[in-house]
Amino acid sequence: MTTVEENSGPVTDPTSDYNIFDAEFVRDPYPTMSEIRESKCPIAHTDRWGGSWFPTRYDDVVAIAQEHEIFTSRSITVTASPLRQAEGPYAGIAAPPITSDPPDHHWHRRLILPVFAPQSVAKYEQGTRDLCNRLIDGFIDKGEADAGTDYAQQIPVRVISAMLGVRDDMADEFVSWVRGVLEVGLTDPIVRLENRNKIINFFREELADRKKNPRENDLITDLLNSGDKYPVSDQYVLGVCNLMLIAGIDTTWSAIGSSLWHLAQHPEHRKQLRDNPDLWPTAVEELLRAYSPVTMARLVDRDIEFQGCPMKAGDRILMAFPAANRDPRQFENPDEVILDRQHNRHVAFGSGIHRCAGSNLARLELRVALQVWLERIPEYSLVDPAAVTWAGGQVHGPRVCRVQF
Amino acid sequence: MRVRVDEDSCQGQQMCSIAAPEVFGSDELGHATVLIAGDIPEHLHAKTRRAQANCPEDAIIIED
Repeated sequence: MTTVEENSGPVTDPTSDYNIFDAEFVRDPYPTMSEIRESKCPIAHTDRWGGSWFPTRYDDVVAIAQEHEIFTSRSITVTASPLRQAEGPYAGIAAPPITSDPPDHHWHRRLILPVFAPQSVAKYEQGTRDLCNRLIDGFIDKGEADAGTDYAQQIPVRVISAMLGVRDDMADEFVSWVRGVLEVGLTDPIVRLENRNKIINFFREELADRKKNPRENDLITDLLNSGDKYPVSDQYVLGVCNLMLIAGIDTTWSAIGSSLWHLAQHPEHRKQLRDNPDLWPTAVEELLRAYSPVTMARLVDRDIEFQGCPMKAGDRILMAFPAANRDPRQFENPDEVILDRQHNRHVAFGSGIHRCAGSNLARLELRVALQVWLERIPEYSLVDPAAVTWAGGQVHGPRVCRVQF
Repeated sequence: MRVRVDEDSCQGQQMCSIAAPEVFGSDELGHATVLIAGDIPEHLHAKTRRAQANCPEDAIIIED
């Protein structure tokens, strides 16, 4: 049950047969998430794609995220990882710390957290602002642009490239590799493996370069030199580079895209942000809540009954953060975007020991991308709402999103 | 009102510093710190309670 043909039939009851790659679910997952959440079976199950569970209520999703000993990170994708097909030096490279469990998880995460603390990512703000302005310079005179491919897609990949100290002319290739792993690759193990190996090959050369020519203030050099504190291996450093690409690009790209798509249709929200610049931090959290891009998976460690569901060792669970963040038990008027929402305990970045390590960078990129867009293009609208295309599965956001101004 | 962060629960969500930047900051790892030693001034009580309510890890402890 791993090919597209075997898994694409029509869905009649999402509580027992959901398909996160179904075209309608990819375009607009929220009605289905709501239907499951408010049914008698808020933890749905499907046999598609090898089988998985789909908890949709806030309390259940957070409990699973926090119970990392039972719900492990040995696999974090809806379909089985093709890693076992990788041979030789690539076989053991994962994406620490997102794929790590305790006890290694502790130092895997400890080493990269300082890089992503709020005070550390602040130094990328001006560069991100300049980048956003340059992108807009390229299309503002045309009166029309693709908010997805011309803008949202271009930002995170360049911020991550700068953090990793790699050439920024790699942007298009990085985007293509990440889509190969996360978009096409989730349902096509061969494409996934090919693109994963392209990523690892690229960073293997970067590591070799840093060993010959160590750099000052360079993440890869610093990680390679951390061996005095922790048992750092090349595999670990390659894994972190892999993670930064896989986790840092189409997630934030999706959040920027969804927010621009929303603001294109809500002139009152554009005005609210223009009139109240102090609102930005609160508004960013609300956009992250309403359009949470990421659904992470877990692998059940041992047979357990969870909320009446008989879960077996090796079962997959999809933590539907987007569904949790629209649970009416936790949020008033959850389907409404309320930019000044005060009570907002969203889990767009997960919860527990795997809280997204890059969350502060993602927030910065999202805020700056939207601020610069609205400064330069205060009024705009979708060219054709029906022509917007979406990526879905485990990362949800618009891809083609033409706007006019 | 006094406030502290349960270090075992805090995961660095930073929801507290967004809700109440006058009260909460960040350590080297991005985990929460309390910026105000002693009593929280009254005009920051509402924000501090919002920070507590918004923490997904229940890591903010308020002592009235």
